[in-house]
Amino acid sequence: MLLHTVNKSFERNSLDACLRLAKAGSTVLLIEDGVYAAVQGTCLEGKLKQAMDTGINLCVLAPDLLARGFATDKVIAGINAVDYAGFVQLAADHSSVQSWL
Amino acid sequence: MKFGIQINEGPYQHQASDTAYQFTKAALENGHKVYRVFFYHDAVNNATRLAVPPQDDRNITKNWQALAKEYNLDMVVCIAAAQRRGLLDENEAKRQGKDASNIAEGFRISGLGQLIEAGIQSDRLVVFGD
Repeated sequence: MLLHTVNKSFERNSLDACLRLAKAGSTVLLIEDGVYAAVQGTCLEGKLKQAMDTGINLCVLAPDLLARGFATDKVIAGINAVDYAGFVQLAADHSSVQSWL
Repeated sequence: MKFGIQINEGPYQHQASDTAYQFTKAALENGHKVYRVFFYHDAVNNATRLAVPPQDDRNITKNWQALAKEYNLDMVVCIAAAQRRGLLDENEAKRQGKDASNIAEGFRISGLGQLIEAGIQSDRLVVFGD
């Protein structure tokens, strides 16, 4: 299963495209400006919850979240916060890594 | 596990170089191997030894150099991308008739084949960009 990394939330349609094409059992990791999508109460919350309902695992890179002023308790329930070591582990645990650039 | 790292964006302009550095560091610290870091497109600017960022800011080039020294990292700069942007090693400077070179120690200039090889030799190729 793939690890997808997405580094945009509202700009472009990379998150949309990724969520549309990601398969159940794969993981989408939100990094850089992608972390905004993991925060509760944005217009993307429904989309992310729907993705989780279809079996996509969602993760967010905590250092990028903190750098943008959001504590991990502001994250939508069900999304796992990971550090860089966790990012490396996710890359190792999946068969390949697709960066949505 | 063996990782290959590709970076497509310039330092200080985009977070890609910082993320790639943190990922590479975490991989090495957790016992993984990094087969090669390939600097492509504007990422070649990671390799200049003439950058002088403010003292209270991170020095991305020096961070890479320190990591390379500690873990014997292979850091390759794409030659075509480098030449377009004025990044030259001594040999290239001589060959092109330029009066200076500016590649930082620890980086080497080579071709795109090195990226392909890194993709083949690594278990995972992770790309960082815009």
